[in-house]
Amino acid sequence: MTVAAAAQPTSSATMFSPRWIADHLSRWPLHIAVIGLTAAWMVPTIGLLVSSFRPFSGQATSGWWTAFANPTTFTISNYTQVLSAGTTNLGQAFFNSFMISVPATVLPVSIGAFAAYPFAWMKFPGRNGLFLALVGLLAVPLQLTFIPVLSFYVQHLHWTTNNLEATGIPGLPWVPLWLAHAGYGLPFSIYLLANFFRALPSDLFESAEIDGAGTLTVFFRIVLPLSVPALASLVIFQFLWVWNDLLVALIYVGGTPSVAPLTVNLAGLTTSLGQGSNLLTAAAFFSMIVPLIVFLSLQRYFVRGILAGSVKG
Amino acid sequence: MDFSLLLQDIPTLLVVILGVPVVLAAYIVGGEYLVRRLPDKNRPQVRPWIWVGPALILVAAYLLIPAILTAIQSLESNNVDVLDPGTWGTNFVGFKNFARQFADFPTGGAWVAIRNNVIFWLIFYTIFTLIFGLILAVLFDRVKYEQFVKSLIFMPMAISSVALGLIWDFMYEYQPPGEPQTGTMNALVTTLFHHDPVSWLQDQWPGESFNLLNNLALIGAATWGITGFAMVILSAALKGIPGELLEAARVDGAGEITVFRRVILPLMMPTIVVVGTTLVIFALKAFDVVYVMTSGNYNTDVLAYRMYNQLYLASNSGGASAVAIILLVAVVPVLIFNLRQFRAVEARR
Amino acid sequence: MSSVTYDHVVKRYTADITVVKDMYVEIKDKEFMVLVGPSGCGKSTALRMLAGLESITEGEIRIGDRVVNNVAAKDRDIAMVFQSYALYPHMSVFDNMAFPLQMAHMKKPEIDKRVRSASKILGLDNFLSRKPRALSGGQRQRVALGRAIVRSPKVFLLDEPLSNLDAKLRGQTRIELQKLHRELETTFIYVTHDQVEAMTMGDRIAIMNAGILQQVGTPGEVYDHPANLFVAGFIGTPTMNFVPVTTSDSSAKASGFELKLPKAVPAGKGMLGFRPEALTDKPSDVSTLEMKVDVVERLGSDQFLYGQVGGDAVTARVDPRMKVEPGDTAKLGLDVRGLHLFDAQTETAFF
Repeated sequence: MTVAAAAQPTSSATMFSPRWIADHLSRWPLHIAVIGLTAAWMVPTIGLLVSSFRPFSGQATSGWWTAFANPTTFTISNYTQVLSAGTTNLGQAFFNSFMISVPATVLPVSIGAFAAYPFAWMKFPGRNGLFLALVGLLAVPLQLTFIPVLSFYVQHLHWTTNNLEATGIPGLPWVPLWLAHAGYGLPFSIYLLANFFRALPSDLFESAEIDGAGTLTVFFRIVLPLSVPALASLVIFQFLWVWNDLLVALIYVGGTPSVAPLTVNLAGLTTSLGQGSNLLTAAAFFSMIVPLIVFLSLQRYFVRGILAGSVKG
Repeated sequence: MDFSLLLQDIPTLLVVILGVPVVLAAYIVGGEYLVRRLPDKNRPQVRPWIWVGPALILVAAYLLIPAILTAIQSLESNNVDVLDPGTWGTNFVGFKNFARQFADFPTGGAWVAIRNNVIFWLIFYTIFTLIFGLILAVLFDRVKYEQFVKSLIFMPMAISSVALGLIWDFMYEYQPPGEPQTGTMNALVTTLFHHDPVSWLQDQWPGESFNLLNNLALIGAATWGITGFAMVILSAALKGIPGELLEAARVDGAGEITVFRRVILPLMMPTIVVVGTTLVIFALKAFDVVYVMTSGNYNTDVLAYRMYNQLYLASNSGGASAVAIILLVAVVPVLIFNLRQFRAVEARR
Repeated sequence: MSSVTYDHVVKRYTADITVVKDMYVEIKDKEFMVLVGPSGCGKSTALRMLAGLESITEGEIRIGDRVVNNVAAKDRDIAMVFQSYALYPHMSVFDNMAFPLQMAHMKKPEIDKRVRSASKILGLDNFLSRKPRALSGGQRQRVALGRAIVRSPKVFLLDEPLSNLDAKLRGQTRIELQKLHRELETTFIYVTHDQVEAMTMGDRIAIMNAGILQQVGTPGEVYDHPANLFVAGFIGTPTMNFVPVTTSDSSAKASGFELKLPKAVPAGKGMLGFRPEALTDKPSDVSTLEMKVDVVERLGSDQFLYGQVGGDAVTARVDPRMKVEPGDTAKLGLDVRGLHLFDAQTETAFF
């Protein structure tokens, strides 16, 4: 029995009988605490959401909570303004975020899946040491790696945004960022998948071996199909991580509007528009749309990814 | 919004989504074809390296080797191309880069950032998050609508720290005394406590050398974002405690508080330690909130931001490398502790 | 269809951990051989070496005349049923059974034919499109059997296939397995820790303990003529009574009785063994025991008496009509045919 079940009053009492009322009254403080804390937690988000639908005049002179007294003033003009081309490049940044996040998810997940398999089911010298090293790398500050990678990109490969855009090949300007995210995401990807693979019953592998399945067959026909939940968790985790990333994008692609993702763009807007601008509220909410949709629809997988990744620093 | 951009990008995305796995699969299949050509006894020695090869190359190229090069760079002056081993040592400055970071205690060099990271962030961020996470997990465990409230608390985990910073910029907004307050926090302060509005992000109370208030304001925003993470993991641990144990304690005459203190808390301790160490690492690596909300001004600098600052605004790659190494040195003890935990968990498998 | 020979097989993990020691046994073509022993005795390792899942440290395993030491599992022409069934959870029953045939690059119509005929034998016709999780334990077990059958292997290996079933289903499946063995006319090698399964199903039984093969024989042989103390104690429920005795020539003296031995043995310490059913309420010319009865268990068809003879604990299985109450002293005759004597040192049987 869970604590929740244990703590439930054994309410066999008939409804509205004195005992029923007593049972339920005694739990009021609990409900008030739970709902109160949750509501308090929601206040910052709700405040921003309400503000984003208020005109500039309202935002600058009164708190968001006063808006409910006068609901007619709500407007979507903040959104139309912020999304209109020319002022903020937010639309461009939105697509850029996709162009960055999708490949930067596909790469570490697929490379990681192949690499995780030997860590889980093959014996080779150095396996445990390598795995431990990967776990260690999970917590290494990425800052430690920026300067050499960046100078390699710029001074040796001449991979600057300008040079790469000049080639005219679509997608090329993001390649430095994709590869960097792949490198940074791989330790976690391998860690999560190897642990999942390892938990598959060994009988399945032995049975497949007797049935005549080779390494490739076992991987593609047994391991991968059985690992769909883990792969889904990883994909969502990595996608949100990259989508929400500011630092890595800032370092490797910087603020050039044609390539910068939403986070960089939004951070830039706080400087260019000045903090407290009415447009910022709308821009912030716009940047949250995709993560919130992913979170609300695939929450189960996301939480599982977080749980598995509790060692990721 | 200009949707033609989308049309132009979709083919590229498709090429990547399909191309990457196909190329990888082709590589693995090709590798396996070669492995089968080998004598039986060599196959198990060669095969794993084919499978882990691409991953190891990327991890080495982006994490391991750069980290080592940064360590070298931190001992050189700025005009060294750290990727060219021929130049190593030509501009060797010893620990000068570090000396500059450690100069003029307690306000010069990196001291403010170090203090903020290893005192303010490490202590308050970790403890606030653990306490909130634990309270929420325990309370939510007792109501039927647990899943719903949990996902509301967890939601900030899904949004970017930039958006989080903006949300809290609005919470902390300041208007001069007498004018209507537009920030939620100041509205509370002025109406509930009849106190003058507080400039949360600039106010260096109680003093410039120990400016707790604005640092706490930043830490509070970050805590708000991460508490869902702690809550979810702690809640999973809480559910792992057999209900019979709690019932036994209640039958033995323990009140709810005693049950929590003497049974629940000790049993959750290993999980609390894991969450705590992870939070410590997060605290040491804090960047986004500071970047978005204060840019390290008013003595709110942190190491990760200082490193960025040295690299881009001061064009001081030697100094930036030194700061990165300082950050690493701060993380390493926690990292070793985490690895020990990891090994202990592995040993129990 | 093929014979199997373990020719002085050794499995050693490290210098001091040897799990199978010098195992020699010939399993005949079409035989149902059961490897039985307590957990950790090496029986599963012995089976897994035959399957090709474990390497062989020393000795040879032959299937027919072919030495298979270095043959890959898939090329040994064997099929194995696992304790957990090892069904692929994401594949339908049909796909689970078809998998080994696809791996052998068999043509589709042939795969179809074989899977359907196997599923008919096992009564799985109506479940072919289901996933394993939608099946009962017994059905899953049959799918595992089906996956083995479709390959028409030379040898069937079964590793504790009944241990995940409930008692009733286990009884039924035991009978079904024997029928299947007759129909398929294939060599079966069956590993279990349950001596009832071993006795009821095996043409012959190989009893293992601590990595050493103790005795190989038909159920009757191992029951009536256990080669040593371990086999005598392992086979049969309730277990055989063991009473320490001092022997001199052709008589033996226990703490509570004396008896004439049917065969002369060297003088010294020995261990006398007799099964509970060797005791009757009729007098005997071998010896009569006076048993102080502590507990009486009446099972309808049987009556078990638990008590003391001299200083030794003894169990007797007697006619249910015999009237005994706890606290009574029962006079029981010892049947000479059920008598065994073991050397106290070597634990091997004199008779």
